[in-house]
Amino acid sequence: MTSAFGSVSPARRIKDRAAAVFMWGAFALAVIPLVSVLWTVVAHGVGRLDGDFFGHSMNGVAGRDPGGGAYHAIIGTLEQVLITSAIAVPIAVLTAVYLVEYGGRGRLARTISFFVDVMTGIPSIVAGLFILALWLLTFGFEYSGFAGSLALTILMIPTVVRATEEMLKLVPHELREASFALGVPRWRTICFVVLPTAFTGILTGVMLAVARVMGETAPLLLTIFFTKAINNDPFSGPQGSLPTFIWDQASDPNQNAINRAWTGALVLIGIIMLLNLAARFVARRFRPAGR
Amino acid sequence: MAKRIEVSGLHAYYGGTLAIEDISMTIEPRSVTAFIGPSGCGKSTFLRTLNRMHEVIPGARVEGKVLLDDDDLYGPSVDPVAVRRTVGMVFQRPNPFPTMSIYDNVAAGLKLNGVRGKSRLDDIVEEALRDANLWNEVNDRLDKPGAGLSGGQQQRLCIARAIAVQPQVLLMDEPCSALDPISTLAIEDLIAKLKNQFTIVIVTHNMQQAARVSDRTAFFNIAGTGKPGKLIEIDDTSKIFTKPEVQATEDYITGRFG
Repeated sequence: MTSAFGSVSPARRIKDRAAAVFMWGAFALAVIPLVSVLWTVVAHGVGRLDGDFFGHSMNGVAGRDPGGGAYHAIIGTLEQVLITSAIAVPIAVLTAVYLVEYGGRGRLARTISFFVDVMTGIPSIVAGLFILALWLLTFGFEYSGFAGSLALTILMIPTVVRATEEMLKLVPHELREASFALGVPRWRTICFVVLPTAFTGILTGVMLAVARVMGETAPLLLTIFFTKAINNDPFSGPQGSLPTFIWDQASDPNQNAINRAWTGALVLIGIIMLLNLAARFVARRFRPAGR
Repeated sequence: MAKRIEVSGLHAYYGGTLAIEDISMTIEPRSVTAFIGPSGCGKSTFLRTLNRMHEVIPGARVEGKVLLDDDDLYGPSVDPVAVRRTVGMVFQRPNPFPTMSIYDNVAAGLKLNGVRGKSRLDDIVEEALRDANLWNEVNDRLDKPGAGLSGGQQQRLCIARAIAVQPQVLLMDEPCSALDPISTLAIEDLIAKLKNQFTIVIVTHNMQQAARVSDRTAFFNIAGTGKPGKLIEIDDTSKIFTKPEVQATEDYITGRFG
């Protein structure tokens, strides 16, 4: 049964197979560390995933004691990241809007773009040192969750600017022209046509940035300092956070503390995953409608 | 509702390049004027100078005068945004807003310009969709996404969107070039109907289409690559297609070049 077109030559068949095997192999190689990390964290962390962990702080709990919890750290992380996002996202999105919609290839746009690149490369501890030097030492403010947020903001802005920029560039120029041709001013076109069209992508970029800053430890050590007690006010006094909680517990030689560190890591991963799911759910509702 | 356009001594540039040179013409109200000519001869560029869309492109600029009745579109204090509300435009490829429903697409120009009031919007949307010969096909799914329609329907949606803001003039840049013959016929019927209300200018590569829909036809040409486009002649369509004044027009129409 040979058709007029012949059959795929054995050499091509083998190459196809080899490429497929190579691809799946590379995929497996990339997934192994991920699964391994997840598995280790779940296996070690699930033991302390109890009411105490979510309901209590470490106040009065020593490293060797059982019990204790990360309530203070969870509250701290949530507040700090919320404040960080509230500051960083508007600045970053507006910056990206300027770069894509207004700046063109002008000198100011190129300068901003250059400094965004520079900011992307700042090591996180340097961001922490900067806030320590400026906010705490120069301006004389005390350690607080807010100081931590400021350090995280420096890390979050460039990532969100770049992600938003890419998404805005993907919005077809025809849509902007369609809007202009209806006599809609540029700023309204951006607010009601360009940004909604790019919304899903921008949200994804923001979530990636949130996930990144949520795990930052170094800048927080220098800015929120350290506490075992619950501090619900991010604007005054040292505050806990999950990364610093994990860091603190993991450096304690007692098994009870180490268990708490694992559970802290598990909770951190869980929070980021929940936020991502929520973002996907929101994105689905705003997705540009297709066929 | 419809206005006369008088263009005199119009040049358009992209950066340092002169794209069209010294164009003067009069476009009559309540009529269809077709622009024909080979690719790159500046038809679309000229069309876009008529609602100040040309200058949206970075570095692009225009010299000369475009009078809409008695108002110069390029007068020193004229707001280009207001010009575009008066002179609507339909593009080559249907470009409905992807995040919006059919209803919102038609209402977009009004909503984004601050028109409020549900019942008023409802009326305008229905009227625009009826005028665009689309109402019967979509009235049961106005809340569905505009991008879900067929290409021809999308283009009529874009026409509805353009006429919903009640312009005086409607510019169409090859509105049928991405459509099949049936959809093209639907748009041509629509143009014949709309010319009772609007001044219509249409760029087309399809000479039969120009002959079918237009009252007057303008032929544009370029002397060669890199040279600016020029208006060769403009006259009644019947005359352009039977006995044009200029040899180049006849050559183009009879397919001897271009």
